[in-house]
Amino acid sequence: MSTIVSLPDQSTATLPKRNYLNNEHGLMSWLLTGDHKRIAMLYLVSITFFFFLGGFFAGMIRLELLTPAGDLMAADTYNKMFTMHGIVMIFLFLVPSVPATLGNFLIPIMIGAKDLAFPKINLLSWYLYMIGGTFVLASLVLGGVDTGWTFTTPLSTHYLNTHVITTATAIFIAGFSSIFTGLNFIVTVHRMRAPGMTWFKMPLFVWSNYAAAIMMVLGTPVLAIAITLVALERLVGIGVFDPAKGGDPLLFQHLFWFYSHPAVYIMILPGFGVISEVISTFSRKRVFGYTAVAFSSVAIALFGFFVWAHHMFIMGVSNYSVLVFSLLTMLVAVPSAIKIFNWSFTLQKGSVTFETPMLYAFGFIGLFTIGGLTGVFLGSLGMDIHLTETYFIVAHFHFVMVGGMLMAFLAGVHFWWPKMTGRMYPESVSKLAAIITFIGFILTFFPQFVVGYLGMPRRYHAYPAEFQVLNVLSTAGATVLGVGYLLPLLYLGWSLKYGAIAGNNPWQATGLEWQIQSPPLTENFLVTPIVEQEAYDYEWLARKTAREAQHVA
Amino acid sequence: MSHFISPVLWQFLTKWMTTFALWPQEASTIAPWTDALYLFLWAMTIFGLVLVGALLFTFAFKYRAEKHPVAIQVEGSTLLEATWTIIPLGIFLFVFVWGAWLYFRIYNPPANAMQIYIVGKQWMWKAEHPGGQHEINALHVPTGRPVQLTMISQDVFHSYSIPAFRVKREVIPGRYSTVWFNATQPGTYHLFCTQYCGTLHSGMIGEIVAMTPDDYQKWTETSTSGTSLAQNGERIFSSLGCNSCHNGTAAARGPNLSGLYGAKITMDDGSTQIATSGWLRDTILNPSQHVPAGYKPIMPTYQGQVSEEGLIDLVEYIKTLKSNYRNQQTLVTAKSSDAAPTTPEMVKP
Repeated sequence: MSTIVSLPDQSTATLPKRNYLNNEHGLMSWLLTGDHKRIAMLYLVSITFFFFLGGFFAGMIRLELLTPAGDLMAADTYNKMFTMHGIVMIFLFLVPSVPATLGNFLIPIMIGAKDLAFPKINLLSWYLYMIGGTFVLASLVLGGVDTGWTFTTPLSTHYLNTHVITTATAIFIAGFSSIFTGLNFIVTVHRMRAPGMTWFKMPLFVWSNYAAAIMMVLGTPVLAIAITLVALERLVGIGVFDPAKGGDPLLFQHLFWFYSHPAVYIMILPGFGVISEVISTFSRKRVFGYTAVAFSSVAIALFGFFVWAHHMFIMGVSNYSVLVFSLLTMLVAVPSAIKIFNWSFTLQKGSVTFETPMLYAFGFIGLFTIGGLTGVFLGSLGMDIHLTETYFIVAHFHFVMVGGMLMAFLAGVHFWWPKMTGRMYPESVSKLAAIITFIGFILTFFPQFVVGYLGMPRRYHAYPAEFQVLNVLSTAGATVLGVGYLLPLLYLGWSLKYGAIAGNNPWQATGLEWQIQSPPLTENFLVTPIVEQEAYDYEWLARKTAREAQHVA
Repeated sequence: MSHFISPVLWQFLTKWMTTFALWPQEASTIAPWTDALYLFLWAMTIFGLVLVGALLFTFAFKYRAEKHPVAIQVEGSTLLEATWTIIPLGIFLFVFVWGAWLYFRIYNPPANAMQIYIVGKQWMWKAEHPGGQHEINALHVPTGRPVQLTMISQDVFHSYSIPAFRVKREVIPGRYSTVWFNATQPGTYHLFCTQYCGTLHSGMIGEIVAMTPDDYQKWTETSTSGTSLAQNGERIFSSLGCNSCHNGTAAARGPNLSGLYGAKITMDDGSTQIATSGWLRDTILNPSQHVPAGYKPIMPTYQGQVSEEGLIDLVEYIKTLKSNYRNQQTLVTAKSSDAAPTTPEMVKP
């Protein structure tokens, strides 16, 4: 009887005396930790800092675009703003967001392991991330960089005098952080699953992070190569991308997008995992068609590697390759469609409640549907000619990355906040924040579809007067969105001290992480769990709860 | 109305309302085709959104915990999942076919298209008309006639975008790219550089002026520099001494250039290459890559000696060498100062 953990009533729950947060004390206990949960918290704090830094750049962009004339800042300053916005948000926020924080925290617990396979490499990942981040900050302090996050050659190699190499170094180093995280996840999922935790009993969050991890390991080295070649071209003029020396400027595009398109899936797949967990939990129902959802993640990871040239339809690649890449782009859209419908049907016959994570998940599904379908516009060859390089494409990828991924991240942070901190976030204000974020998002980015179809190019410091109304709407929306993002920062911070005690399983969810105390012990499990139940087995949970109630009695 | 609200605000609002645009002008033959696909795609998006929204709201409302306290566990349904795999796949494949059809319609020029050359550089657009009209950040074109742009960049990637025509193409250093359109409405339209190209990217803009054929005729006559691109090319041809080898005689060290443009040429490694504009440009810059069968690789590179405009002139000149007559004439007037301002052909657009 002694090994069974009793399940206290929510109102009488107390914070466990010993947990990963108070197990050790002092700064060094954090900086030298091998605990995946503490590393996850280090990441959470760091990426939050970079998110608000990137958000500041976004704010400056929107302020400049309030008026048609380029009157708030100089053209070079504006170019630095959107470059830094892209670099910070993509490499320092979106790529590590869910995997390095929630994934780090949860993957070992979800599969019944005590830690990731390589705890020290996990810590190294965070240090690499921080070194990369420091280089970005250094390039910012030294005067910034204005290549655009895409580092298009020969602009980046021969025509700019800003801190391209500093920034390239940052991305190179941060890239290794994500390679190591990916490697760690792959080995952990293969080797560290608890007895009985077969592949098809794993939560979908683990599946989607596993698929993203494979992409990180296979894709990121190519980015490192591309960025190294840019640096070498600047330093010694090797001429790989220089037509005057027999190089090919399009080669850079191929190399860069070979990583940067899969990177989109690296960013979004872990978000899919969060949504699967949240939708299932708040419907009290298993995810509809578990196998299809799991395999669609793998299919995305696979197809995702063969669509990169859809960024180059107007660049004069051959007719045969545009056809193949357009076709494959259409195919990669299908697994995402499957997921959307599977999530919708998870609600059917469920018992649905509307806590904050669920609201974010609803927001995710709506915005990701728009983001995904507008991607079909861009994958369609003839349509892409008019739409590419305009605000349409800006709107599209913000619907996917901000409307999709950021909503999923916030859903996940709220969902697992009780587990990570042992305390609840305040429910009503967080629901308000979710709604504000949703409204602000639509107002910010929907007008950009319209202004994009009118022809407004992206990365423009000044623009013709007839585009102003739509840009003003967009800037107004960004203000609302900013409030929506600041609120969680405030109330989540507040809840660390004043939030209600969460108890082990406030959502009555089925994952292994909810069967242990919140916050968890450093070793996660006192006894290695033996897994007999499938993922999302609510009947098992009901039996377990009933049994424990009896034992307590 | 203006009496009741602040005059500043009133002005602001009226200014907004009069300059507000929601839909771009349709000013080329391709624009309605692009718009049709765009509207179809939005119809698809709205259908998808309404469907997903309806499912979510219906299920969330019908099965809310107050009404439906105990969930009924369902594994899934192969039939349903097959349905929502196959139907989206079918729609996306349909979009693929439609998009591919439109792509080739936009990018494959008709044979009778009028040629204009575009050179992009940080941060301006130069247009070179075969008739000797030179423009900066502007392009005059006639309506009702296909116009093909052959474009190249002197420095970084640029992109030539005319939203009202729904056409756009990347302008790349070191190689020609082409785009064509057929303007339908006379008017002045935006020209944007859409590929980020450095500091004044947003200043690399201009005007596309579409004119009726009569107006266009007048414009070409009043704005020509008097020397056609081919004539300029002929001068460069002489001044670089090209005619010392490419003189069209049997004993010449270089191949005869007459009738070269568009021909299929057998190279010394046995492969064949087609003499397009881009190929002609590349043979001048990288001659060792293009040695025809029966000739020695003795031609030096002219990399760095001729500007992109000069290369365009040379290409245009070589294109006019339909018979050996012109070649011989250049040979006679070998001094560049003598090079023919008088050609058998009139200067025409």
